[in-house]
Amino acid sequence: MNGNGHNAARIGVYVCDCGTNIAGVIDVKALAAFAGTLPGVVVSREYKYMCSDPGQELLVQDVRDHQLNRIVVASCSPLLHEHTFRTATAKAGLNPYYFHMVNIREHDSWVHEDHPAATEKAKDLVRAAVRRVVFHKPLERKKVPIHPDVLVVGGGIAGIHTALTLANAGKHVYLVEREPTIGGHMAKFDKTFPTLDCAACILTPKMTAVKQHPNITLWTLSDVEKVEGYVGNFKVTVKRHPRYVLEDVCVGCLECIEACVYKQAKYPDEFNLGLGKRKPIYIPFPQAVPLIPVIDPDTCIEFKSGKCKKTCVEACGDRHGIDFKQKESTETIDVGTIVMSTGFQVFDARRLPYYGYGKFPNVYTSLEVERLINASGPTGGEVILRDGQKPKTVGILHCIGSRDENTNRWCSRVCCMYSLKLAHLIKEHTGAEIFNFYIDMRTPGKGFEEFYQRLLNEGVHFIRGKGAEISAWPLDPSEEGKLTIRVEDTLIGKIRRIPVDMVVLSVGLEPHADAGDVRRLFNISCSQEGWFLERHPKLAPVNTFTDGIFLAGCCQGPKDIPDSVAQAGAAAAESLALIDAKFVELEPNTAYIVEDACSGCKTCIPLCPYSAISFLEEKKRAEINEALCKGCGTCVAACPSGSIRQNLFEDEEIFEEIKGVLAHA
Amino acid sequence: MAYTYFPGCSMHGFARHCQDSVYAVFSALGLELRELEGWNCCGATTYISIDENQALTLAARNLALAERAGLELVAPCNACFMVLKKTQDYLARYGELRDKILPALSKVGLHYEGKVAIRHPLEILMRDVGVKALKEKVKRPLTGWKIAPYYGCLLTRPYPLEGGFTLDGFDAFIPALGATLVDFELKDRCCGGSLTGTIEEVGERLVYIILEQAKRAHADALVTVCPLCQLNLEAHQSKIIRRYGEDVRVPVPYFTQLIGLALGIPEKLLGMKRLLVPIPRELSEGVRVTQAA
Repeated sequence: MNGNGHNAARIGVYVCDCGTNIAGVIDVKALAAFAGTLPGVVVSREYKYMCSDPGQELLVQDVRDHQLNRIVVASCSPLLHEHTFRTATAKAGLNPYYFHMVNIREHDSWVHEDHPAATEKAKDLVRAAVRRVVFHKPLERKKVPIHPDVLVVGGGIAGIHTALTLANAGKHVYLVEREPTIGGHMAKFDKTFPTLDCAACILTPKMTAVKQHPNITLWTLSDVEKVEGYVGNFKVTVKRHPRYVLEDVCVGCLECIEACVYKQAKYPDEFNLGLGKRKPIYIPFPQAVPLIPVIDPDTCIEFKSGKCKKTCVEACGDRHGIDFKQKESTETIDVGTIVMSTGFQVFDARRLPYYGYGKFPNVYTSLEVERLINASGPTGGEVILRDGQKPKTVGILHCIGSRDENTNRWCSRVCCMYSLKLAHLIKEHTGAEIFNFYIDMRTPGKGFEEFYQRLLNEGVHFIRGKGAEISAWPLDPSEEGKLTIRVEDTLIGKIRRIPVDMVVLSVGLEPHADAGDVRRLFNISCSQEGWFLERHPKLAPVNTFTDGIFLAGCCQGPKDIPDSVAQAGAAAAESLALIDAKFVELEPNTAYIVEDACSGCKTCIPLCPYSAISFLEEKKRAEINEALCKGCGTCVAACPSGSIRQNLFEDEEIFEEIKGVLAHA
Repeated sequence: MAYTYFPGCSMHGFARHCQDSVYAVFSALGLELRELEGWNCCGATTYISIDENQALTLAARNLALAERAGLELVAPCNACFMVLKKTQDYLARYGELRDKILPALSKVGLHYEGKVAIRHPLEILMRDVGVKALKEKVKRPLTGWKIAPYYGCLLTRPYPLEGGFTLDGFDAFIPALGATLVDFELKDRCCGGSLTGTIEEVGERLVYIILEQAKRAHADALVTVCPLCQLNLEAHQSKIIRRYGEDVRVPVPYFTQLIGLALGIPEKLLGMKRLLVPIPRELSEGVRVTQAA
């Protein structure tokens, strides 16, 4: 089974045409003929598609007919088909690690225009592989069991849907949320586009289900502090911040809030983006989950001076649900997989001073307007300006902090549609005349274009041009006391000034300010913009480059609710696929220590990015945990005595490969 | 503290009153200005729209001379200030341009490393002197003056102010002089630039908007920080009043003229007489009365 030693290597080399992808540039016949002349090569062939079933069968048959014990396939990137050919090698009865792959497509035919030179390069690469594969050793993939519990980070709609799907499948889920309630951004919306169903009506049943589900442990006001381990066996430390109201005692009667010494709500209310007021003890919104008050120590008199009458404690009575001395606590959990659903933040419109946000009171962000329209919002669902008047004219400016070289270059995907929705709702609530200022209308989605048509029929104005500035100075009497939007109407080729009572800035979506820290904490990658990076944009859209960690919702990029939920379901399914396999196979390309040679200098230990190396005191030497090792090779290079080696990257293998490349005459 | 002074065409020509007041105020604050020897056109004006390479080469020559002089470079005209900054930025960013400009400079025995700090006198006042120190030096506060600040478009475009400053922050120099600050939303709008000379009705409309708003805000004066803005806002007032049939007359002093008055510098050293729209007597007399008291 394990083949013969390298003295008797019998190598088969297979050159793939990949249709014309490779054969269109490289002379594949010459390459195969060249391979046949190399020492140890018994069979060399070229074939149209090596990855096809007949291609693989060719390889299997040759092993049997010619007693091959090493296989080299020159084709595409190992990322795509290494697994295919290793499996074929194993099917032929060889250890799969007697196979080596040469990338003559991405590394050669796709990037070179000089055909003869590309063929020469392919020969060098094949020669290197043939010399290397001789030294390959049989290796075994290690199996480690998978812990069935799952951590879901972030309790917006994506996190909620992931948690419920997994919990319904019988898995235990820890749902960690840093705000006092789950619900995320969706809980702040009034209606959802394009169907105009009420956001709360469709979201809150799911929030309640999370709370009631026996398989879900919900931790709000909590942050993940540390992530150790690897796929199947993560150890996660979660910091739980004090709520100062005990979750296991409180029944949610809310009498403490009523009883607070502040008779009136006084402090800006975070959930309503500061448009409303709350008391120092409060619930974010009526359907909050968990429905347990939270005390804000920055505004509570007891925290500030210790001299409060504590009427809240009195109201709670014998239940003793309020604990001013509650401390933060730490929980450590074992999970097999992790789903990131940390969401997004909206663009800060203050960054673009020419739109006057923060300067003119009647310039609002779209999220603020969601709260104004919402029946449980600060105005009870009335769209009124800060002076209590209903606006008669409203301007909605699209692409604020999106598609802009100076801020964020990407399209935030949801703004066109939510702007249409807000236009409809504001018109419904106030009868105001509404102007939309857009660069392009982007309505690709089920029922989206139809919704746009509906708005056109409702008489909402659409002006093609990005709003340039908002000013309060009047140029003529029609602008007196109004906010004037200056815009280039690109359909008529004129600069226009449009006076309105209310401006809505349709702010874009961007990664959380601390997305970089979170990324490092979980050891996953970010795109240049700061969105968490999927393993493959098309074929692995919810996987990350770290096995066992998946993505759902806007933390991966802007998306609407249907897409977030779809992705959440996919992340849950990927998670289940791992868990239900019960074991995970680890790549054997790990480092190992040659015991006799290790001097116990400990140089390698702090260098390991995965904390895979420990020191055995009794033996006075280092030890590498194969399950933790990712095969990065740092310790191999650093070991002063050369006593750390790495499977698939042994010195002989690497040197022979280099010699093979450099043997070019 | 000494700086290299780049006057540009305006300060030696129509804007001599601005230059006089810059010299007077800097000297009163203990700052020395040494005029750049052998300076030439900054490259702004129409030059840059016709041949950008040559325009930037002109600017680069000034920068090379200034680098040799070794001090920070002060440009009291926003157009000069911006073009010098742009040249500095382009030379750092675009190798292709550098390969054209540096050989041109070397033909006349010059070289530019890119190390000159380019400053505007207002920015020096706010950052190097500071509002507090300025306030302490005020001898004749401009009590009762309502002043609207007008900075023009180029001071912050395309390059934002350095050191985290904003134009709203710059407003602080007005109350420091004892005057009342008029919150002026149009402080960074276009003054019309060269349009007042090319497409008059467009240029004058831009000026009219600014003057009309200053008038509406009851500003006694609209203070400028650029000789070109100063000229545009001041010299066309009579024509604009005729065109729009509206009295939008308002004095448009250069900022160092006002500062000079508050510091107690004699009017004739500040070129006050060269203003086409004079400061009303009651205001300037107010200053004298305070002085007597």
